[in-house]
Amino acid sequence: MNLASLDQLWVYLSGNPLLSLLVTLIAFILATRINRLLGGSPFAHPVLVAIALLIGFLLITGIDYGTYFQGAQFIHFLLGPATVALAIPLFDHRERVRRMLLPILVACVTGIGVAVASTLGIGLLMGAQRETLLSLAPRSVTSPIAMGIAEQIGGIPSLAAGLVLLTGSIGCALGPLIFRMLNVKDPSVQGFTMGLAAHGFGTAQSFASLGAMAGAFAGLAMGLTGMLTAFLLPLITALFGL
Amino acid sequence: MPLIIGMSVLLGCQFLGELLSKGFAVPVPGPVLGMVILLVGLLVNGHVPDALRKSGEGLLRYLTLLFVPAGVGLMVHFELIRTDFWTLIITLVLSTAITLSVTAKVLDWLARRYTRGKQQ
Repeated sequence: MNLASLDQLWVYLSGNPLLSLLVTLIAFILATRINRLLGGSPFAHPVLVAIALLIGFLLITGIDYGTYFQGAQFIHFLLGPATVALAIPLFDHRERVRRMLLPILVACVTGIGVAVASTLGIGLLMGAQRETLLSLAPRSVTSPIAMGIAEQIGGIPSLAAGLVLLTGSIGCALGPLIFRMLNVKDPSVQGFTMGLAAHGFGTAQSFASLGAMAGAFAGLAMGLTGMLTAFLLPLITALFGL
Repeated sequence: MPLIIGMSVLLGCQFLGELLSKGFAVPVPGPVLGMVILLVGLLVNGHVPDALRKSGEGLLRYLTLLFVPAGVGLMVHFELIRTDFWTLIITLVLSTAITLSVTAKVLDWLARRYTRGKQQ
């Protein structure tokens, strides 16, 4: 094999969707291993590690994001049906939801209001640009929904997705501390709060560390928050004059 | 075959959701409307068909992987992130802490009042 043909081979492979698809899966496997080695720390969440690995890989090989996304879009596409599938855990817990409907709805609307208002308020005080603000606004909602919302209100979907992921890990790190400080012990309350403030990350952590009951409430909060935020956010951003 | 039927149901709901969202200019993303449509369908049907559960829970189990391609898109926004770096970090940490505290307190208080009211 001579150098010229190796070169041509690389040009062919780097533009091929197969490479980005394969690299994404391998990065995710590696990231899961790395996270386990680090004792499951929320700051080394598999998603964050996988993203860091992939950005490093793309920068080193000089493949641009557009080319990478041509392959990775096959994974990205599944976010749509996955969002639809959130209806299944919601349906599974319909009895408990019906029983706690009023407290849950009030807490959910309050939580969303506080999340969006504090994000926009602090962001405005610190002088963030309009596009950044609008991408920050849906940050406590699970990514597929947040990206849709950001697009609707004039933010940047991929920036919104990244901020959602950061919010998730920050929430996982802060949650247990805050519950201890506020003396909140009920696992269903803890789970619901984690799902509302830290979406899928919070839900995964609730399942793992607080049990199935907390996990179910977290999943419920994640779905409900996503749905309600989609309806409420355009109204709240209008209130802030954005 | 169950996987194919389940995926068809999920994609079908998403498709209807997109139609509603775009057709009536509803300010809600299509997949979210699809989720509402599926939930209503499940409530009418009364149970989750096995085929749907298999593909739906399969997707949800690997939900974190599905975020990765969009997250890599952060690299396109390095400039924007660098200008607003501290704003972003401080906003994210403070507002996440505030959201967690307020939600936990409000729900804890409401749940306790509500369940006590029911027992009386």
